[in-house]
Amino acid sequence: MPRLLTGNRLETGDVLWWSGSDWSLHLNDAVAVDDEGEALIARLGPQERINDLALIDVDATPDGWRPRTTRERVRAVGPSVRPDFALPSLPVESI
Amino acid sequence: MYRYDKYDQAIVDARVDEFRDQVARRLNNEISEEAFKPLRLMNGLYLQLHAYMLRVAIPYGTLDSRQLRMLAHIARRYDRGYGHFTTRQNIQYNWIKLAETPDLLADLASVEMHAFQTSGNCIRNISSDQFAAAAADEIADPRPYAELLRQWSTLHPEFSFLPRKFKIAVTGSAIDRAAIQLHDIGLQLVHGPDGEIGLKVLVGGGMGRTPMLAPVIREFLPVADYLSYMEAILRVYNRHGRRDNIYKARIKILVNDLGAAEFARQVEEEWAQLKPLGLDPPPSELARIAAHFQPPALGANAPVEIDLSNPDFANWVAVNTHPHKVPGHAIVTISLKAPGEIPGDASADQMDIIADLAQRYAQDEVRVTHAQNLVLPHVRRADLFDIWQVLVSAGLATANLDRASDIISCPGLDYCTLANARSIPIAQKLAVNLAPQEGDLGELKIKISGCINGCGHHHAGHIGILGVDRKGEENYQLLLGGSGAEDASLARILGPGFDENGIVNAVEKVIDRYKTLRADPQERFLDTYRRVGAEPFKEAVYG
Ligand code: HEM
Ligand code: SF4
Repeated sequence: MPRLLTGNRLETGDVLWWSGSDWSLHLNDAVAVDDEGEALIARLGPQERINDLALIDVDATPDGWRPRTTRERVRAVGPSVRPDFALPSLPVESI
Repeated sequence: MYRYDKYDQAIVDARVDEFRDQVARRLNNEISEEAFKPLRLMNGLYLQLHAYMLRVAIPYGTLDSRQLRMLAHIARRYDRGYGHFTTRQNIQYNWIKLAETPDLLADLASVEMHAFQTSGNCIRNISSDQFAAAAADEIADPRPYAELLRQWSTLHPEFSFLPRKFKIAVTGSAIDRAAIQLHDIGLQLVHGPDGEIGLKVLVGGGMGRTPMLAPVIREFLPVADYLSYMEAILRVYNRHGRRDNIYKARIKILVNDLGAAEFARQVEEEWAQLKPLGLDPPPSELARIAAHFQPPALGANAPVEIDLSNPDFANWVAVNTHPHKVPGHAIVTISLKAPGEIPGDASADQMDIIADLAQRYAQDEVRVTHAQNLVLPHVRRADLFDIWQVLVSAGLATANLDRASDIISCPGLDYCTLANARSIPIAQKLAVNLAPQEGDLGELKIKISGCINGCGHHHAGHIGILGVDRKGEENYQLLLGGSGAEDASLARILGPGFDENGIVNAVEKVIDRYKTLRADPQERFLDTYRRVGAEPFKEAVYG
């Protein structure tokens, strides 16, 4: 199962996804880190710029990544009750 | 209203400066997140699912128009134009940026407000009756006692690292609008044998994983000595509270383990040692504070009769206003629960409009209720129509106080890192579905939490809903028969849980069953449930 690396930006708290070389606000910029995840956390963690680094399980779908848990889908998109703030990561209705 | 003296202001200003320095050092990587996190939490700043969340304390739920306008300004300037009023009479902002927080806190300090002790194992914001100083049924205004507790507990070194968080509520009335039986300490003003005022003391209530109602440990405590008595309670707790196990660390577990009588005995013993030490402030200090809470000068001859020919207005007056202790006046509750909207959320524009109303019509006061609504406490009945018209145009005139669509909901999985399931969408669906018949249903309190912590008071709901996690999927348990009022009781789980649509259906089935079971149209759902028990409802839902 693909795994993505995620965290929250220190300055803003924004939810971020590891895109291979940098961080992105958009789930679909993320790259699967799979077995390298722990090593990335060990490398990026001590830089102290991203909080709450974590690896999450996703499914690959024709429309892009789909996190397995409701919690991670909500994190990727924004509060389901405020569609006006939703990021284009997933359709809000599909959370 | 209480106004900061130079000491209050100096403490708050110094704290802003200190935090500004801490934030700068964190942003420069001079301190680690591990070291910084407890510091930001001490200033009310949490990291939630999408961003930082700031919880601002509203002491005993009382604001003036200047403060409410500042809360609106903060929503606009530092957040996304809204805030969330909570069951602890506070406000939370959901989209705060760390780098801007010191400026935000400086703005707050300019109106005598702050965010400390809104997190951590300390004495949290003191909550109170939202109808204080206005309710026809109160003995005295509870807020001077709450304010003295605020001053005593603010940065109190002995009580900054308690075994667990500590919540105190104070009311001046036998009709309990402050949920005193569900707090770590609940205080109720009562008359002694000679008519003097004292406090009834309850200890060890709470919600969360192990909900409990607080037993009374003292029927009458003279007000002159109440601070040293509080100190004695906290000392016994600090000494014996279960620091080894976070799930057993609240004072309710200690009181329950020792038994109320033994706990009370230990408090009395501690108090006997403490009282002679002169910890209680001189009576002049309570008098100084009380002077800030002088009842407003309301004209005794204000007209009682008003034109109720507009049926929508008449309905709103009937549902959302309460009698005031001064004839010709009323207490207005402004519902933040328009069906389909997010319970407790208010936009910056709505806050400004309410601040204007408070200034013009309500002696410059606004209150926050634990049911996540706002109150204009001192209003002339003759002004109600003008107020109502303004509220209608701002989308704030929903006439649903204590009815089925006046639902308490925590932020749940839409915002909260601890959540198992979303609460708000359930509240929205139920409110929309139930609103058409809520007039017929009468008082019905539905309360929803997104996890066992119980921030949405689900255990105190006539109908409670608890979000749980079932293998990564949201699932909801249904509880019936709770109350957070003077007839407090803890709701019980009815049976197996449901998915999102299932829980909405189940609540509707419970309500349909109630309509066939009630003894008369006046019998509340809670009373019917208490009379007939859970079985008929189980049968309606699972049968
Ligand atoms: C940052 C978001 C929040 C976090 C991390 C949080 C955390 C918690 C936790 C861990 C508990 C359980 C404490 C215990 O049982 O020892 C709790 C209880 C409670 N919280 Fe929250 N909460 C949050 C938001 C809220 C909100 C939005 C409200 C008001 C709507 C609220 C009001 C309460 C109340 C009334 C209780 C139950 C009373 C008690 O026993 O302490 N909290 N919270
Ligand atoms: S009850 Fe749970 S989900 Fe709701 S706000 Fe509290 S901690 Fe979060």
